[in-house]
Amino acid sequence: LGDSPLAGMSIRGTATIAGIYEHPTRIARETTTPELHAQVARGALADAGLELSDVDAYFCAGDAPGLGPLTMIDYLGLRVRHMDSTDNGGSAYISHVAHAAAAIATGACSVALITLAGRPRADGMTGAYPPANFAVGAPEELFESPYRPTALGLYAMAAMRHMYEYGTTSEQLAWVKVAASQHARHNEQAFLRETVTVEEVLASPVVADPLHRLDCCIVTDGGGALVVTSPELAAELGKPDVRVRGAGESVVGFDGAGDLTTTAAAASGGAAFAEAGLGPGDIDYVGLYDSFTISVILQLEDLGFCAKGDGGRFVADGNLISGYGTLPVNTDGGALCNNHPAHRGGMTKVIEAVRQLRGEAHPAVQVPDCRLAAVNGLGGWLTTRHACSTVILERAS
Amino acid sequence: VRLTVPWCLDCGRPHWYPRSHCPLCFSPKVEHREATGEGVVYSYTVLRRAPEPYALACVTLAEGVTLLSTVVDCDLDALRIGLPVRVAFRDLDGRPMPVFVRG
Repeated sequence: LGDSPLAGMSIRGTATIAGIYEHPTRIARETTTPELHAQVARGALADAGLELSDVDAYFCAGDAPGLGPLTMIDYLGLRVRHMDSTDNGGSAYISHVAHAAAAIATGACSVALITLAGRPRADGMTGAYPPANFAVGAPEELFESPYRPTALGLYAMAAMRHMYEYGTTSEQLAWVKVAASQHARHNEQAFLRETVTVEEVLASPVVADPLHRLDCCIVTDGGGALVVTSPELAAELGKPDVRVRGAGESVVGFDGAGDLTTTAAAASGGAAFAEAGLGPGDIDYVGLYDSFTISVILQLEDLGFCAKGDGGRFVADGNLISGYGTLPVNTDGGALCNNHPAHRGGMTKVIEAVRQLRGEAHPAVQVPDCRLAAVNGLGGWLTTRHACSTVILERAS
Repeated sequence: VRLTVPWCLDCGRPHWYPRSHCPLCFSPKVEHREATGEGVVYSYTVLRRAPEPYALACVTLAEGVTLLSTVVDCDLDALRIGLPVRVAFRDLDGRPMPVFVRG
Protein backbone atom coordinates (compact mmCIF):
# COMPACT_ATOMS: atom_id res chain seq x y z
CA LEU A 1 0.00 0.00 0.00
CA GLY A 2 3.04 2.26 0.36
CA ASP A 3 2.01 5.85 1.06
CA SER A 4 -1.67 5.18 0.50
CA PRO A 5 -4.03 6.43 3.21
CA LEU A 6 -4.95 2.78 3.88
CA ALA A 7 -1.38 1.73 4.71
CA GLY A 8 -1.19 0.13 8.12
CA MET A 9 -4.91 0.50 8.61
CA SER A 10 -6.73 -1.80 11.01
CA ILE A 11 -10.41 -2.45 11.58
CA ARG A 12 -9.77 -2.01 15.29
CA GLY A 13 -12.51 0.18 16.67
CA THR A 14 -13.90 1.16 13.28
CA ALA A 15 -17.35 -0.42 13.56
CA THR A 16 -20.13 -1.13 16.04
CA ILE A 17 -22.59 -3.99 16.04
CA ALA A 18 -25.68 -1.84 16.46
CA GLY A 19 -28.44 -4.37 15.78
CA ILE A 20 -28.97 -8.03 16.61
CA TYR A 21 -31.87 -10.41 16.19
CA GLU A 22 -32.29 -14.14 16.74
CA HIS A 23 -35.41 -15.63 15.20
CA PRO A 24 -37.54 -17.18 17.95
CA THR A 25 -38.69 -20.12 15.86
CA ARG A 26 -36.93 -23.46 15.89
CA ILE A 27 -39.27 -25.21 13.42
CA ALA A 28 -40.49 -23.09 10.50
CA ARG A 29 -43.05 -25.26 8.71
CA GLU A 30 -45.05 -22.38 7.25
CA THR A 31 -42.24 -19.96 6.39
CA THR A 32 -39.87 -20.05 3.42
CA THR A 33 -36.14 -19.41 3.72
CA PRO A 34 -36.36 -15.98 1.98
CA GLU A 35 -39.19 -15.02 4.33
CA LEU A 36 -37.04 -15.99 7.30
CA HIS A 37 -34.25 -13.77 5.92
CA ALA A 38 -36.72 -10.89 5.70
CA GLN A 39 -37.98 -11.48 9.24
CA VAL A 40 -34.52 -11.50 10.80
CA ALA A 41 -33.54 -8.42 8.77
CA ARG A 42 -36.61 -6.63 10.13
CA GLY A 43 -35.73 -7.70 13.66
CA ALA A 44 -32.12 -6.55 13.59
CA LEU A 45 -32.99 -3.23 11.97
CA ALA A 46 -35.66 -2.62 14.61
CA ASP A 47 -33.11 -3.40 17.31
CA ALA A 48 -30.73 -0.85 15.79
CA GLY A 49 -33.48 1.72 15.28
CA LEU A 50 -32.91 1.81 11.52
CA GLU A 51 -35.02 1.33 8.41
CA LEU A 52 -34.35 -0.93 5.46
CA SER A 53 -33.72 2.19 3.38
CA ASP A 54 -30.78 3.07 5.67
CA VAL A 55 -28.92 -0.09 4.66
CA ASP A 56 -26.21 0.44 2.06
CA ALA A 57 -24.38 -2.92 2.30
CA TYR A 58 -25.64 -6.49 2.41
CA PHE A 59 -23.85 -9.67 3.47
CA CYS A 60 -25.02 -13.26 3.16
CA ALA A 61 -23.57 -16.75 2.72
CA GLY A 62 -24.55 -20.06 1.17
CA ASP A 63 -27.83 -20.32 3.06
CA ALA A 64 -29.22 -17.48 0.93
CA PRO A 65 -31.03 -19.00 -2.04
CA GLY A 66 -30.52 -18.16 -5.68
CA LEU A 67 -27.53 -16.01 -6.52
CA GLY A 68 -26.99 -15.02 -2.89
CA PRO A 69 -26.70 -11.24 -2.52
CA LEU A 70 -28.09 -10.59 -5.99
CA THR A 71 -31.24 -12.57 -5.25
CA MET A 72 -31.64 -11.35 -1.68
CA ILE A 73 -30.96 -7.67 -2.40
CA ASP A 74 -33.70 -7.80 -5.04
CA TYR A 75 -36.05 -9.80 -2.79
CA LEU A 76 -35.61 -7.60 0.29
CA GLY A 77 -35.86 -4.38 -1.77
CA LEU A 78 -32.44 -3.11 -0.76
CA ARG A 79 -30.46 -0.36 -2.51
CA VAL A 80 -26.83 -1.04 -1.66
CA ARG A 81 -23.40 0.10 -2.80
CA HIS A 82 -21.47 -2.79 -1.26
CA MET A 83 -22.04 -6.54 -0.93
CA ASP A 84 -20.18 -9.66 0.20
CA SER A 85 -21.11 -13.33 -0.01
CA THR A 86 -18.07 -14.87 1.68
CA ASP A 87 -19.03 -18.44 2.46
CA ASN A 88 -16.71 -20.24 4.84
CA GLY A 89 -19.50 -22.39 6.22
CA GLY A 90 -20.85 -21.69 9.69
CA SER A 91 -18.07 -19.20 10.37
CA ALA A 92 -19.24 -16.96 7.50
CA TYR A 93 -21.22 -14.50 9.61
CA ILE A 94 -18.20 -13.86 11.82
CA SER A 95 -16.16 -13.10 8.71
CA HIS A 96 -19.01 -10.86 7.57
CA VAL A 97 -18.71 -8.78 10.75
CA ALA A 98 -15.00 -8.28 10.07
CA HIS A 99 -15.54 -7.55 6.38
CA ALA A 100 -18.31 -5.09 7.23
CA ALA A 101 -16.00 -3.30 9.65
CA ALA A 102 -13.35 -3.07 6.91
CA ALA A 103 -15.90 -1.76 4.42
CA ILE A 104 -17.08 0.86 6.91
CA ALA A 105 -13.47 1.83 7.66
CA THR A 106 -12.74 2.47 3.99
CA GLY A 107 -15.98 4.35 3.38
CA ALA A 108 -17.45 1.66 1.15
CA CYS A 109 -20.63 1.63 3.27
CA SER A 110 -22.08 2.95 6.49
CA VAL A 111 -24.86 0.49 7.43
CA ALA A 112 -24.21 -3.21 6.79
CA LEU A 113 -26.96 -5.83 7.11
CA ILE A 114 -25.94 -9.48 7.60
CA THR A 115 -28.59 -12.21 7.47
CA LEU A 116 -28.71 -15.98 7.97
CA ALA A 117 -31.80 -18.19 7.64
CA GLY A 118 -32.83 -21.72 6.83
CA ARG A 119 -35.32 -24.47 7.56
CA PRO A 120 -33.48 -27.83 7.55
CA ARG A 121 -35.75 -29.21 10.26
CA ALA A 122 -38.95 -28.50 8.34
CA ASP A 123 -37.27 -29.96 5.26
CA GLY A 124 -36.50 -33.18 7.13
CA MET A 125 -32.72 -32.78 6.97
CA THR A 126 -32.19 -33.97 10.51
CA GLY A 127 -30.16 -37.08 9.76
CA ALA A 128 -26.43 -37.52 9.98
CA TYR A 129 -25.93 -37.37 6.23
CA PRO A 130 -25.06 -34.41 4.05
CA PRO A 131 -27.05 -34.01 0.85
CA ALA A 132 -25.95 -36.65 -1.63
CA ASN A 133 -24.73 -34.04 -4.10
CA PHE A 134 -22.74 -32.09 -1.53
CA ALA A 135 -19.30 -32.46 -3.14
CA VAL A 136 -20.41 -32.73 -6.76
CA GLY A 137 -17.84 -30.98 -8.90
CA ALA A 138 -15.45 -30.41 -6.00
CA PRO A 139 -11.87 -31.49 -6.70
CA GLU A 140 -11.85 -33.96 -3.80
CA GLU A 141 -15.13 -35.61 -4.81
CA LEU A 142 -13.59 -38.64 -6.52
CA PHE A 143 -11.23 -39.32 -3.62
CA GLU A 144 -13.62 -38.79 -0.70
CA SER A 145 -17.32 -39.02 -1.54
CA PRO A 146 -17.33 -42.80 -2.20
CA TYR A 147 -16.39 -43.39 1.45
CA ARG A 148 -19.49 -41.46 2.64
CA PRO A 149 -17.68 -38.94 4.85
CA THR A 150 -20.52 -37.35 6.81
CA ALA A 151 -19.90 -34.27 8.93
CA LEU A 152 -20.54 -36.42 11.99
CA GLY A 153 -17.93 -38.97 10.91
CA LEU A 154 -15.31 -36.36 10.08
CA TYR A 155 -15.65 -34.61 13.44
CA ALA A 156 -15.68 -37.97 15.20
CA MET A 157 -12.28 -38.87 13.70
CA ALA A 158 -10.83 -35.63 15.09
CA ALA A 159 -12.24 -36.52 18.51
CA MET A 160 -10.81 -40.03 18.28
CA ARG A 161 -7.36 -38.71 17.44
CA HIS A 162 -7.51 -36.10 20.22
CA MET A 163 -8.30 -38.84 22.72
CA TYR A 164 -5.37 -40.90 21.40
CA GLU A 165 -2.86 -38.07 21.48
CA TYR A 166 -3.89 -36.32 24.68
CA GLY A 167 -5.90 -38.76 26.78
CA THR A 168 -9.12 -36.79 26.37
CA THR A 169 -12.11 -38.75 27.68
CA SER A 170 -15.79 -39.07 26.77
CA GLU A 171 -16.58 -37.67 30.24
CA GLN A 172 -14.64 -34.52 29.41
CA LEU A 173 -16.42 -34.14 26.06
CA ALA A 174 -19.72 -34.55 27.89
CA TRP A 175 -18.97 -31.56 30.13
CA VAL A 176 -19.29 -29.29 27.09
CA LYS A 177 -22.87 -30.48 26.61
CA VAL A 178 -23.60 -30.28 30.33
CA ALA A 179 -22.49 -26.63 30.39
CA ALA A 180 -24.63 -25.84 27.34
CA SER A 181 -27.67 -27.41 28.99
CA GLN A 182 -27.07 -25.50 32.21
CA HIS A 183 -27.23 -22.29 30.16
CA ALA A 184 -30.15 -23.36 27.96
CA ARG A 185 -32.40 -24.00 30.95
CA HIS A 186 -32.60 -20.22 31.37
CA ASN A 187 -33.37 -19.59 27.69
CA GLU A 188 -37.10 -19.78 26.99
CA GLN A 189 -36.46 -20.04 23.26
CA ALA A 190 -33.95 -22.88 23.49
CA PHE A 191 -34.81 -26.00 21.52
CA LEU A 192 -33.58 -28.23 24.38
CA ARG A 193 -34.15 -26.77 27.85
CA GLU A 194 -33.72 -29.83 30.05
CA THR A 195 -30.42 -30.10 31.84
CA VAL A 196 -28.36 -33.21 31.30
CA THR A 197 -25.63 -34.85 33.35
CA VAL A 198 -22.34 -36.36 32.24
CA GLU A 199 -23.87 -39.77 32.89
CA GLU A 200 -26.84 -38.99 30.62
CA VAL A 201 -24.53 -37.90 27.79
CA LEU A 202 -22.55 -41.12 28.12
CA ALA A 203 -25.76 -43.16 28.25
CA SER A 204 -26.96 -41.72 24.93
CA PRO A 205 -26.19 -43.98 21.97
CA VAL A 206 -22.80 -43.85 20.29
CA VAL A 207 -23.56 -42.45 16.83
CA ALA A 208 -19.98 -42.27 15.50
CA ASP A 209 -17.22 -43.50 17.79
CA PRO A 210 -16.35 -41.84 20.12
CA LEU A 211 -19.23 -39.35 19.83
CA HIS A 212 -22.54 -39.96 21.53
CA ARG A 213 -25.83 -38.56 20.33
CA LEU A 214 -25.65 -35.81 22.96
CA ASP A 215 -22.17 -34.77 21.75
CA CYS A 216 -23.90 -33.49 18.60
CA CYS A 217 -25.56 -30.17 17.86
CA ILE A 218 -29.26 -29.85 17.20
CA VAL A 219 -30.90 -29.15 13.84
CA THR A 220 -33.17 -26.10 13.88
CA ASP A 221 -34.87 -23.64 11.58
CA GLY A 222 -34.92 -19.87 11.79
CA GLY A 223 -31.91 -17.62 11.62
CA GLY A 224 -30.45 -14.37 12.78
CA ALA A 225 -29.26 -11.00 11.60
CA LEU A 226 -26.77 -8.30 12.50
CA VAL A 227 -26.50 -4.61 11.67
CA VAL A 228 -22.98 -3.16 11.68
CA THR A 229 -22.51 0.61 11.54
CA SER A 230 -19.91 3.25 12.21
CA PRO A 231 -19.49 4.03 15.93
CA GLU A 232 -20.65 7.60 15.25
CA LEU A 233 -23.95 6.43 13.77
CA ALA A 234 -24.42 3.90 16.56
CA ALA A 235 -23.95 6.69 19.10
CA GLU A 236 -26.66 8.75 17.37
CA LEU A 237 -28.97 5.75 17.59
CA GLY A 238 -28.27 5.47 21.30
CA LYS A 239 -27.15 1.86 21.02
CA PRO A 240 -24.63 0.30 23.42
CA ASP A 241 -21.27 0.58 21.73
CA VAL A 242 -20.17 -2.99 20.99
CA ARG A 243 -17.06 -2.39 18.93
CA VAL A 244 -15.15 -4.76 16.65
CA ARG A 245 -11.61 -4.73 18.06
CA GLY A 246 -9.85 -7.41 16.04
CA ALA A 247 -10.48 -10.15 13.52
CA GLY A 248 -8.84 -13.03 11.69
CA GLU A 249 -9.79 -15.85 9.34
CA SER A 250 -8.05 -18.93 8.02
CA VAL A 251 -8.54 -22.29 6.30
CA VAL A 252 -6.97 -25.64 7.12
CA GLY A 253 -7.16 -28.07 4.21
CA PHE A 254 -6.29 -31.60 3.30
CA ASP A 255 -2.86 -32.04 1.76
CA GLY A 256 -2.08 -35.43 3.22
CA ALA A 257 -0.20 -34.11 6.25
CA GLY A 258 -2.64 -35.70 8.66
CA ASP A 259 -3.12 -33.30 11.56
CA LEU A 260 -6.68 -33.74 12.81
CA THR A 261 -6.39 -31.86 16.09
CA THR A 262 -5.20 -28.37 15.12
CA THR A 263 -7.87 -26.08 13.76
CA ALA A 264 -7.72 -22.91 11.69
CA ALA A 265 -8.52 -21.06 14.94
CA ALA A 266 -4.81 -21.15 15.76
CA ALA A 267 -4.19 -18.74 12.88
CA SER A 268 -7.48 -16.80 12.91
CA GLY A 269 -7.38 -16.37 16.68
CA GLY A 270 -3.75 -15.32 16.68
CA ALA A 271 -4.46 -12.67 14.07
CA ALA A 272 -7.56 -11.42 15.90
CA PHE A 273 -5.82 -11.15 19.26
CA ALA A 274 -2.82 -9.43 17.64
CA GLU A 275 -5.03 -6.84 15.97
CA ALA A 276 -6.94 -6.31 19.20
CA GLY A 277 -3.72 -5.99 21.21
CA LEU A 278 -5.15 -8.50 23.66
CA GLY A 279 -4.66 -12.08 24.79
CA PRO A 280 -6.97 -14.85 25.94
CA GLY A 281 -6.48 -13.80 29.56
CA ASP A 282 -8.24 -10.49 28.85
CA ILE A 283 -11.46 -12.10 27.64
CA ASP A 284 -14.61 -12.15 29.79
CA TYR A 285 -16.92 -14.21 27.53
CA VAL A 286 -16.34 -16.66 24.69
CA GLY A 287 -18.68 -17.75 21.89
CA LEU A 288 -17.60 -20.91 20.06
CA TYR A 289 -19.32 -22.82 17.29
CA ASP A 290 -20.29 -25.99 19.15
CA SER A 291 -21.15 -28.21 16.20
CA PHE A 292 -19.92 -31.09 18.35
CA THR A 293 -18.47 -31.15 21.84
CA ILE A 294 -14.99 -31.82 20.41
CA SER A 295 -15.24 -28.62 18.34
CA VAL A 296 -15.35 -26.52 21.51
CA ILE A 297 -12.35 -28.27 23.04
CA LEU A 298 -10.21 -27.78 19.92
CA GLN A 299 -11.16 -24.11 19.57
CA LEU A 300 -10.39 -23.38 23.23
CA GLU A 301 -6.92 -24.88 22.78
CA ASP A 302 -6.17 -23.19 19.48
CA LEU A 303 -7.39 -19.78 20.66
CA GLY A 304 -5.01 -20.11 23.61
CA PHE A 305 -7.46 -20.43 26.49
CA CYS A 306 -5.55 -23.56 27.52
CA ALA A 307 -2.54 -25.48 26.27
CA LYS A 308 -2.80 -27.83 23.27
CA GLY A 309 -4.12 -31.13 24.55
CA ASP A 310 -5.47 -29.72 27.82
CA GLY A 311 -8.92 -28.86 26.42
CA GLY A 312 -10.60 -31.91 27.89
CA ARG A 313 -9.32 -31.20 31.37
CA PHE A 314 -10.11 -27.49 30.91
CA VAL A 315 -13.82 -27.98 30.17
CA ALA A 316 -14.39 -30.58 32.91
CA ASP A 317 -16.24 -29.99 36.16
CA GLY A 318 -18.39 -27.17 34.85
CA ASN A 319 -15.59 -24.78 33.91
CA LEU A 320 -17.60 -23.32 30.99
CA ILE A 321 -20.73 -22.61 33.08
CA SER A 322 -21.41 -18.92 33.66
CA GLY A 323 -21.27 -18.01 37.34
CA TYR A 324 -19.66 -21.32 38.22
CA GLY A 325 -16.56 -21.97 36.08
CA THR A 326 -13.69 -19.74 35.08
CA LEU A 327 -14.64 -19.18 31.40
CA PRO A 328 -18.30 -18.70 30.43
CA VAL A 329 -18.93 -20.12 26.93
CA ASN A 330 -22.14 -20.03 24.84
CA THR A 331 -24.48 -18.74 27.54
CA ASP A 332 -27.53 -19.03 25.27
CA GLY A 333 -27.12 -22.81 25.22
CA GLY A 334 -25.27 -22.82 21.92
CA ALA A 335 -25.90 -25.12 19.00
CA LEU A 336 -25.84 -28.08 21.37
CA CYS A 337 -29.07 -26.93 23.08
CA ASN A 338 -30.41 -23.57 21.95
CA ASN A 339 -30.29 -23.00 18.21
CA HIS A 340 -28.39 -24.06 15.09
CA PRO A 341 -30.30 -22.50 12.20
CA ALA A 342 -29.44 -23.75 8.71
CA HIS A 343 -26.63 -25.95 10.12
CA ARG A 344 -24.59 -22.76 10.56
CA GLY A 345 -23.53 -21.73 14.04
CA GLY A 346 -21.57 -18.49 13.67
CA MET A 347 -24.47 -16.03 13.65
CA THR A 348 -25.95 -17.02 17.02
CA LYS A 349 -22.47 -16.89 18.59
CA VAL A 350 -22.12 -13.22 17.64
CA ILE A 351 -25.65 -12.44 18.83
CA GLU A 352 -25.13 -13.89 22.32
CA ALA A 353 -21.73 -12.19 22.63
CA VAL A 354 -23.37 -8.83 21.86
CA ARG A 355 -26.08 -9.56 24.43
CA GLN A 356 -23.35 -10.26 27.00
CA LEU A 357 -21.43 -7.07 26.16
CA ARG A 358 -24.64 -5.01 26.33
CA GLY A 359 -25.58 -6.61 29.64
CA GLU A 360 -28.72 -8.00 27.97
CA ALA A 361 -28.08 -11.71 28.51
CA HIS A 362 -30.40 -13.64 30.81
CA PRO A 363 -29.59 -12.50 34.38
CA ALA A 364 -28.83 -16.08 35.40
CA VAL A 365 -26.01 -16.31 32.84
CA GLN A 366 -24.98 -12.66 32.44
CA VAL A 367 -21.24 -12.23 32.98
CA PRO A 368 -20.75 -9.36 35.46
CA ASP A 369 -19.22 -6.27 33.83
CA CYS A 370 -18.63 -8.14 30.57
CA ARG A 371 -16.30 -5.93 28.57
CA LEU A 372 -14.40 -8.17 26.14
CA ALA A 373 -15.64 -11.18 24.18
CA ALA A 374 -14.00 -13.54 21.72
CA VAL A 375 -16.16 -15.27 19.10
CA ASN A 376 -14.92 -18.08 16.87
CA GLY A 377 -16.67 -20.02 14.16
CA LEU A 378 -15.55 -23.33 12.70
CA GLY A 379 -17.15 -23.93 9.32
CA GLY A 380 -16.84 -26.95 7.08
CA TRP A 381 -15.34 -30.21 8.32
CA LEU A 382 -12.61 -31.16 10.69
CA THR A 383 -10.35 -33.91 9.27
CA THR A 384 -10.75 -32.80 5.63
CA ARG A 385 -11.12 -29.03 5.29
CA HIS A 386 -12.54 -26.26 7.42
CA ALA A 387 -12.39 -22.52 8.01
CA CYS A 388 -12.22 -20.54 11.22
CA SER A 389 -13.11 -16.92 11.70
CA THR A 390 -12.51 -14.99 14.91
CA VAL A 391 -13.62 -11.59 16.12
CA ILE A 392 -12.74 -9.84 19.35
CA LEU A 393 -15.58 -7.59 20.48
CA GLU A 394 -15.38 -4.82 23.08
CA ARG A 395 -17.93 -2.79 24.95
CA ALA A 396 -16.55 0.70 24.48
CA SER A 397 -17.51 3.25 27.11
CA VAL B 1 -5.87 -51.56 -10.47
CA ARG B 2 -3.12 -50.12 -8.29
CA LEU B 3 -2.67 -47.37 -5.72
CA THR B 4 -0.30 -44.57 -6.63
CA VAL B 5 0.78 -41.56 -4.60
CA PRO B 6 1.46 -38.17 -6.20
CA TRP B 7 4.98 -36.84 -5.58
CA CYS B 8 6.13 -33.36 -6.40
CA LEU B 9 9.24 -33.32 -8.57
CA ASP B 10 10.09 -29.79 -7.43
CA CYS B 11 9.73 -29.93 -3.64
CA GLY B 12 10.20 -33.68 -3.44
CA ARG B 13 7.25 -34.31 -1.15
CA PRO B 14 4.21 -36.58 -1.54
CA HIS B 15 0.68 -35.20 -1.05
CA TRP B 16 -2.94 -36.30 -1.04
CA TYR B 17 -5.50 -36.02 -2.63
CA PRO B 18 -4.20 -36.12 -6.24
CA ARG B 19 -4.67 -32.94 -8.27
CA SER B 20 -3.17 -31.03 -11.17
CA HIS B 21 -0.37 -29.59 -9.04
CA CYS B 22 1.41 -29.92 -5.72
CA PRO B 23 -0.65 -28.25 -2.94
CA LEU B 24 2.53 -27.77 -0.90
CA CYS B 25 4.41 -25.65 -3.49
CA PHE B 26 2.00 -25.25 -6.48
CA SER B 27 4.41 -26.94 -8.86
CA PRO B 28 2.67 -28.59 -11.83
CA LYS B 29 5.39 -31.27 -11.96
CA VAL B 30 3.72 -34.19 -10.23
CA GLU B 31 4.66 -37.84 -10.69
CA HIS B 32 2.42 -40.70 -9.61
CA ARG B 33 4.44 -43.45 -7.98
CA GLU B 34 3.13 -46.85 -7.09
CA ALA B 35 2.52 -47.18 -3.36
CA THR B 36 3.51 -50.15 -1.24
CA GLY B 37 -0.10 -50.28 -0.05
CA GLU B 38 1.03 -50.67 3.55
CA GLY B 39 -0.26 -48.27 6.16
CA VAL B 40 -1.54 -47.72 9.68
CA VAL B 41 -4.83 -46.34 10.91
CA TYR B 42 -4.27 -42.68 11.90
CA SER B 43 -7.85 -42.19 13.06
CA TYR B 44 -11.21 -43.81 12.47
CA THR B 45 -14.86 -43.83 13.39
CA VAL B 46 -17.79 -46.17 12.90
CA LEU B 47 -21.01 -44.63 11.61
CA ARG B 48 -23.36 -46.60 13.88
CA ARG B 49 -26.66 -45.10 12.69
CA ALA B 50 -26.21 -45.88 9.02
CA PRO B 51 -28.52 -48.60 7.67
CA GLU B 52 -25.39 -50.75 7.58
CA PRO B 53 -22.73 -49.43 10.00
CA TYR B 54 -19.45 -48.63 8.29
CA ALA B 55 -16.01 -47.32 9.12
CA LEU B 56 -14.43 -44.08 8.01
CA ALA B 57 -10.67 -44.01 8.45
CA CYS B 58 -7.63 -41.86 7.91
CA VAL B 59 -4.78 -44.15 6.90
CA THR B 60 -1.14 -43.06 6.89
CA LEU B 61 0.67 -44.85 4.08
CA ALA B 62 4.28 -46.02 4.37
CA GLU B 63 5.04 -43.21 1.91
CA GLY B 64 4.04 -40.70 4.60
CA VAL B 65 0.77 -39.29 3.30
CA THR B 66 -2.52 -39.65 5.15
CA LEU B 67 -5.62 -40.31 3.10
CA LEU B 68 -9.32 -40.63 3.76
CA SER B 69 -10.65 -44.13 3.20
CA THR B 70 -12.37 -46.99 4.97
CA VAL B 71 -11.44 -50.30 6.58
CA VAL B 72 -13.47 -53.31 5.44
CA ASP B 73 -13.79 -57.03 6.12
CA CYS B 74 -13.02 -56.66 9.80
CA ASP B 75 -14.77 -56.49 13.16
CA LEU B 76 -15.61 -52.79 13.40
CA ASP B 77 -15.24 -52.97 17.18
CA ALA B 78 -11.62 -54.13 16.75
CA LEU B 79 -10.52 -50.96 14.93
CA ARG B 80 -7.77 -49.05 16.71
CA ILE B 81 -5.49 -46.14 15.95
CA GLY B 82 -2.14 -47.63 14.96
CA LEU B 83 -3.66 -50.78 13.49
CA PRO B 84 -1.54 -52.00 10.52
CA VAL B 85 -3.57 -52.17 7.31
CA ARG B 86 -2.96 -52.83 3.63
CA VAL B 87 -4.75 -51.67 0.54
CA ALA B 88 -7.45 -53.63 -1.24
CA PHE B 89 -9.93 -52.54 -3.90
CA ARG B 90 -13.71 -52.48 -3.79
CA ASP B 91 -16.31 -51.14 -6.16
CA LEU B 92 -17.74 -47.98 -4.59
CA ASP B 93 -20.16 -45.84 -6.59
CA GLY B 94 -19.31 -47.95 -9.63
CA ARG B 95 -15.54 -47.40 -9.50
CA PRO B 96 -12.74 -49.51 -8.04
CA MET B 97 -11.63 -47.56 -4.97
CA PRO B 98 -8.75 -48.15 -2.57
CA VAL B 99 -9.98 -49.43 0.78
CA PHE B 100 -8.00 -51.08 3.55
CA VAL B 101 -8.03 -54.46 5.26
CA ARG B 102 -6.13 -55.56 8.35
CA GLY B 103 -2.45 -55.96 7.46
